Amino acid sequence: MKKVLSGNEAVSQAVRLARVQVISAYPITPQTTISEKLSELCGSGELDARFVKVESEHSAMATLVGAASTGVRTFTATSAQGLALMHEILFWASGARLPIVMVDVNRAMAAPWTIWCDQTDSVAQRDTGWLQFYCWSNQEILDTVVCSFRIAEQLLIPTMVCFDGFFISHTNEPVDIPEQKQVDRFLPPRKAEYLLDTKAPRTFSGGTMPNMFMEFRYKLHAAFERAQSVIDDIYKQFHKSFDRQYLPVEAYHAKDAEAVLIVTGSAASTALHTVNKLREQGRKAGILRLRQLRPFPAESLIDHLPAEAVIGVLDRNLSPGTGGVFSQEVRAALLRKGVHRPVHEFVAGLGGRDITADNIEKMFDALENGRAESSKINWVGLNR
Amino acid sequence: MNDRPDYEFCASHDLYGHTACPGCGEKILFRHVLDVLGPETIVVAPAGCGAVTDGVFPHSLSPVPYLHVPFGATPSAAAGVRAGLEKSGRSHVTVLAWAGDGATFDIGMGALSAIAERNENVLYVCYDNEAYMNTGMQRSSATPTGSWTTTTPASRLKEEPKKDIDAIMAAHRIPYLATASPAFLDDLKAKVKRAREIKGLRFLHLYSPCPPGWKSDPSDSIAIARMAVESNVFPLYELYDGRRLRITYRSASVPVAEYLKLQGRFRFISDEDAEKMQSEVEKNYAELMSRHEKSEISKI
Repeated sequence: MKKVLSGNEAVSQAVRLARVQVISAYPITPQTTISEKLSELCGSGELDARFVKVESEHSAMATLVGAASTGVRTFTATSAQGLALMHEILFWASGARLPIVMVDVNRAMAAPWTIWCDQTDSVAQRDTGWLQFYCWSNQEILDTVVCSFRIAEQLLIPTMVCFDGFFISHTNEPVDIPEQKQVDRFLPPRKAEYLLDTKAPRTFSGGTMPNMFMEFRYKLHAAFERAQSVIDDIYKQFHKSFDRQYLPVEAYHAKDAEAVLIVTGSAASTALHTVNKLREQGRKAGILRLRQLRPFPAESLIDHLPAEAVIGVLDRNLSPGTGGVFSQEVRAALLRKGVHRPVHEFVAGLGGRDITADNIEKMFDALENGRAESSKINWVGLNR
Repeated sequence: MNDRPDYEFCASHDLYGHTACPGCGEKILFRHVLDVLGPETIVVAPAGCGAVTDGVFPHSLSPVPYLHVPFGATPSAAAGVRAGLEKSGRSHVTVLAWAGDGATFDIGMGALSAIAERNENVLYVCYDNEAYMNTGMQRSSATPTGSWTTTTPASRLKEEPKKDIDAIMAAHRIPYLATASPAFLDDLKAKVKRAREIKGLRFLHLYSPCPPGWKSDPSDSIAIARMAVESNVFPLYELYDGRRLRITYRSASVPVAEYLKLQGRFRFISDEDAEKMQSEVEKNYAELMSRHEKSEISKI
């Protein structure tokens, strides 16, 4: 059934379809309408879940650590400061191999106070051992949340679905809401192998000495190394069942591009529009939209990179003193594969500043005419 | 090596023995509380003496499922376990949150208040040894005035009085709250039994002697626990719905000085602070007695 939904409503519908059993969340803009809608769905009985309304995001994630340890399916959503407050428990969730699914509606980190979008909140959680997906449409959000439960539960890695605050969370789009039966076939109930069970008592996550701790981490990393093939397989099955296809890297006019811009999130829509315009002018511009930060889709990225193109990365985030996190990841991925090509990083759109078509065109201009720096940040849209 | 956590979580309940210090109150308390609660119990515990002395991976002495969680996360994680049990048809299982005073009075305070306000169906036990003993005896807000700790050295003893956690919990009007001591096991077990039968947030505040932290003789642990009750430093009572109070043991009201002198941590306390403690204890006990007498359940 097609319905006009906001990005946040698409999340709530996905959570309903996934038959989540325990939800815990704390209000924060721009995530709040997810919690509101889920409260309604739980209240009306459309979703048979217990919604634990906690006093902080630290407690939201801690509640899910407890709930997921009993073998049930769990969900939360947050943004920015809330995600940062969860930081400690994010490591716990992945270390304990709990398949919690969370939505992060991207919002810049204060200070100074801001409620507006950038991706610094989620990229700053890169090293916590969570899978991270980045979406650009409300349909993709619904589908990715549904797939995330299967991915997380198969790999035993918690999964974060990220999308841009307001630009996507509060924008309405037509979304195809699948039938419950169809989702049930694709996503059966969680079958936990290890859980808190009085019939088979186990102790979880107790004190571990140096002779064993490293193996815990190795196993988690090994699961990440296997993750891409599992993700690809699950999305293939999703494609078969729902006739919608998602790839780790989505290319648009990239094959013959002379300048290629690597983008994530809502900026990809503007970039796509800009590429259409530039193509009309005969300029060979292309884009690669990254859907994942973890696992980083290195193989897929390199497969899609046109051999001769100048490479740019658009980062709507900042690691002060270094630069954009996606740029760093692209550089690292290329070098690991022995590909020595300059990567030009563009930082734009921090704290909700619009990334306009003009901004994107300037990036392509700079890539084409060789004026883009490869040794430092190219700031776009900054008032100096 | 595969990437499945097949061995990671499977600590064997081999009962090889705990790793606590001689004379530790927490281990005595844990054993007796679990004896009453029985096998249909799940423990949620934060960092602290109780957690580290349960055993080092892959050993665990706990005969029931035991979930370790971060320091400030116990109340919320326990509420999560409760929610998960409800949604998986296991509502009969008791969720036992087992936390020290640091996790309860300090870092978990906000979350504890939250689960009390929501009246989550959790049995929360605080074993109170009155400082961060596991990290090496640093002061907590449960540390009494005049006590030595490694962060309140002899040159600057703890100046502030102990936080009144029971009054804070009582203000949430939780269905059941009780204090108990390892020196009064029948009283302790009766309270655990009552707590088990009540639904909602139940809070047990257990007195937990700590020989290394208190600079006391391990063989004196029970004597000190008894003296804490007899001097009214740690009176034994229970409280229903935050209002109806019943004193469960009439103490001999011995002088607080008798209690202090058994413990090296009070070696440096000034006469003035000791006298102040005596008068505070008397005031508190008089208040409890008056509430006890006014309460309709005091005749039970």
